[in-house]
Amino acid sequence: MTTRPAEDGEERAGAHGRTGVPAGAQGSPERIGAPVRTQGPPGQGTIMDLSRPGRRAWSLPGLDVPEAELPPDQLRASPPALPEVAERDLVRHYTRLAQMNYGVDTGFYPLGSCTMKYNPKVAEQAAALPGFQRLHPLQPDRTVQGALELLWRLERALCEVTGMARATLQPPAGACGELTGLLLMRAYHAKNGDARRKVVIPDSAHGTNPASVRLGGYEVVNVPSDARGLVDVSALEKLVDEDVAGFMVTNPNTLGLFEEEITEIARIVHGAGGLVYYDGANLNAIMGKVRPGDMGFDIVHINTHKTFATPHGGGGPGAGPVGVVDRLVPFLPVPVVERDEATGEFRLDHDRPDSIGRVHGFHGNFGVLVRAYAYVLLHGRDGLEAVSEGAVLNANYLAALVRDVLPLAYPGRPMHEFVATARRLRDETGVRATDLAKRLIDLGFHPPTVYFPLVVEEALMVEPTETETRETLDAFAAALRRAVEEARTDPGLLHEAPVTTPVRRLDEARAARQLKLRW
Amino acid sequence: MRFAPHTEQDVRAMLDALGLDSLDRLFDQIPASVRLDRPLDLPEGRSEMEVVDDLRRLAGRNRSADDLVCFAGGGAYDHYVPAVVWALAGRSEFATSYTPYQPELSQGVLGVLFEYQSMICELTGMEVSNASLYDGATAVAEAVNMARSATGRARVLASAALDARYVEALRTYGRGAGYEPEVFEAPGGRGGAPDVGEDVAAVIVQHPNRYGILEPARELFARARAGGARAIQVFDPLSLGILAPPGELGADICVAEGQVLGNHLSFGGPYLGVIAARMADVRRLPGRIVGETVDVDGRRGYVLTLQAREQHIRREKAVSNICTNQTLLAIAAAIYLAWLGPEGLRELGRRCAAKARYAAERLAAVPGVELLFPGAPFFKEFALRLPRPAAEVRDALIERGFLAGVPLDDADGRGLLVAVTERRTRAEIDAFAEALGEVLR
Repeated sequence: MTTRPAEDGEERAGAHGRTGVPAGAQGSPERIGAPVRTQGPPGQGTIMDLSRPGRRAWSLPGLDVPEAELPPDQLRASPPALPEVAERDLVRHYTRLAQMNYGVDTGFYPLGSCTMKYNPKVAEQAAALPGFQRLHPLQPDRTVQGALELLWRLERALCEVTGMARATLQPPAGACGELTGLLLMRAYHAKNGDARRKVVIPDSAHGTNPASVRLGGYEVVNVPSDARGLVDVSALEKLVDEDVAGFMVTNPNTLGLFEEEITEIARIVHGAGGLVYYDGANLNAIMGKVRPGDMGFDIVHINTHKTFATPHGGGGPGAGPVGVVDRLVPFLPVPVVERDEATGEFRLDHDRPDSIGRVHGFHGNFGVLVRAYAYVLLHGRDGLEAVSEGAVLNANYLAALVRDVLPLAYPGRPMHEFVATARRLRDETGVRATDLAKRLIDLGFHPPTVYFPLVVEEALMVEPTETETRETLDAFAAALRRAVEEARTDPGLLHEAPVTTPVRRLDEARAARQLKLRW
Repeated sequence: MRFAPHTEQDVRAMLDALGLDSLDRLFDQIPASVRLDRPLDLPEGRSEMEVVDDLRRLAGRNRSADDLVCFAGGGAYDHYVPAVVWALAGRSEFATSYTPYQPELSQGVLGVLFEYQSMICELTGMEVSNASLYDGATAVAEAVNMARSATGRARVLASAALDARYVEALRTYGRGAGYEPEVFEAPGGRGGAPDVGEDVAAVIVQHPNRYGILEPARELFARARAGGARAIQVFDPLSLGILAPPGELGADICVAEGQVLGNHLSFGGPYLGVIAARMADVRRLPGRIVGETVDVDGRRGYVLTLQAREQHIRREKAVSNICTNQTLLAIAAAIYLAWLGPEGLRELGRRCAAKARYAAERLAAVPGVELLFPGAPFFKEFALRLPRPAAEVRDALIERGFLAGVPLDDADGRGLLVAVTERRTRAEIDAFAEALGEVLR
């Protein structure tokens, strides 16, 4: 295992002395044997605590026109209690908060199902070009030809990657893409005079799937996973009837396993008149190898913040484009970008009588889509395939380094992520998945996703992504092995963890019981 | 160009460790019958320099609010974004993190979101805010879901003066949720008398409304509440330095397009859905909510709370399906509001109102042009009636360097919605009026 030079660790400690990021994070967990609280006093308070009457950061030009009188009964009686601070206070306060946060740029972030890969800086620069950032969404088409061309080209690229005919780029996130897909499903069946009531999803599905199904006006029917962690095809066959509008699944699924019988699954669902929906959460595993359209899927959503490396933003913004096969194209949300073949001009087409309507106020998260397009250009056909190869290689390599101490939940070969279980460890030592996660924090890493999927007890879902080095994977594996070892030798270290962060374990029950949601 | 760091030796060693002879073997479980047997039909990957050139070329084919004087509004506005906002919000510790599932490593995002929620409550006079929704249109749909769940009623009434795009979004989402929004008349561009029967769940009023006009909001909300419905207000966050807040007007739920809070126009997104409500509805509020608590040593800290509302716990019984939201834009909004403070917010509102009033007078003085709703009080936006089709006039004004506004889909195609923010100077307004006169001559 390679370790970083000590100076590097010291430097990090200097730069992040008050952060949740222990000195010498990645690289050398064994150097962090006796954790010391490095942070200053946390909870120095909110920006409001810095407020003093009369201080200000704002500046505005003087009023160069006469004052307008508004009806007195419409006026605000007393000003809102917003902070009054100098700009320097503002900068220090939010800089301090930023330093208390861990991102992909800080260190390894193997949060399963979230694809926390490196976010290229050039994409940020592209999105900030005034010709993109300063466009009003309701400008006439001829003044936004470059923006429309970008959307048109991105749509085509996403369709090529997924094997779909057309796509809408309007949904602002994956869950909205799911709901959009379900509304497309509903519109398609309605057009055929077919009032179906149910949508089938696997029991291992992400929580957004059942929530979206209900918002789409459908009843959720769960299909169990079999002993391999794959959809139980014979159970599915019994569930699918003329009342089933469709079946939603990720592939590879939420256990990181490829649904090998996907064509049979598609045949069963199509045979009963249903549609097959591809949840693109795990698209990062298969680009250039296999396309949802070729597997028999009719509707696909893509999470650009996962597969196409647009930054996750602390929880958003993302973007959730939805691709469809030919027979669903008429139902896509309005507007759709069209290109006039004769003139090469682009326009927004609002006149689509079978459209489900709009799913966003304007054209979706355009700034995010610019970043996704930059990513597509940077990678191209060879690069995108290499992304998936790297993602699957890294996950398999890492799984092989830890599976003897932390067994995989299912035996099959994982793809871009794997799900391990700490069930045995818990039974033997009382140490739970969450304790391992917290100990990993003290050892310098963001933990994997824990307790998901729900079908696996004490689950740890690890997704390293393709942008991590072998050294990082080795170091993470060493840290995880060390934590498992400590569960037997010194479990207190795990139960007490984390101790290197600005705050330690937080009382979530109290937060929900004694609600304090504002200052 | 690729960001995968492996050398050929790395790949070889890693494959050896797995007992595999090629990368392709990692994909053996995919049935051969569906494997893609050709390269993706995309161009080869390109260098950063070439990609920048390509994107610059595309950006250069657009006419932005940097080279056109922007009087366009209709839900997205050219307010000034102070440098400090994105210098801080864009820090990569915020931008490259995700939903704070591990609060010990996420006190930064959680801390700002707690401040954001607090500031939204202060601004709106409401009791509780979430940590963001997608945008204004989807926030209205979420508010409707809250109202229908809270009242157990089905029908949804929306003012004819509600943004047409929001009504369209409600129609879309209503097909799944099981309602069809019913539009009630707003004679003279405001007010109206919604018939709030006992099956009505929500009455939606935008104030200032789609024409920029101030609504008789107190009366409308009182009427909604007297009928047992939830009163939903769509508001403009930057109006609240001078206008009475939703909480005081009697709204039960208020939602807004938060783009105006330090976020760029960006051709319509990413924007920010703002939602705030009464404590009685806190368990129906969609999305992430941050709460204050203490750690095992008694120190103050923040966590995601009331998660039993959410999809990852409650699945099909969740109040919403939202997962990824618009956190980074909420962070920008908090920083922007702290930059403005109460005084800056008031001064900004004063300037918008004054400049809009001035622009309305100048433009309505152009021969053939009149206000669509003369005498109606407005904030920063107003509707004109032009002697010629509005789209045609707008296109002609682009040649003269003005983004004149947004054509309205009513008033025989002759209505033009004009927005005036604090960025517009008297000289720009005068020049705009002159150009309009020339175009119409």
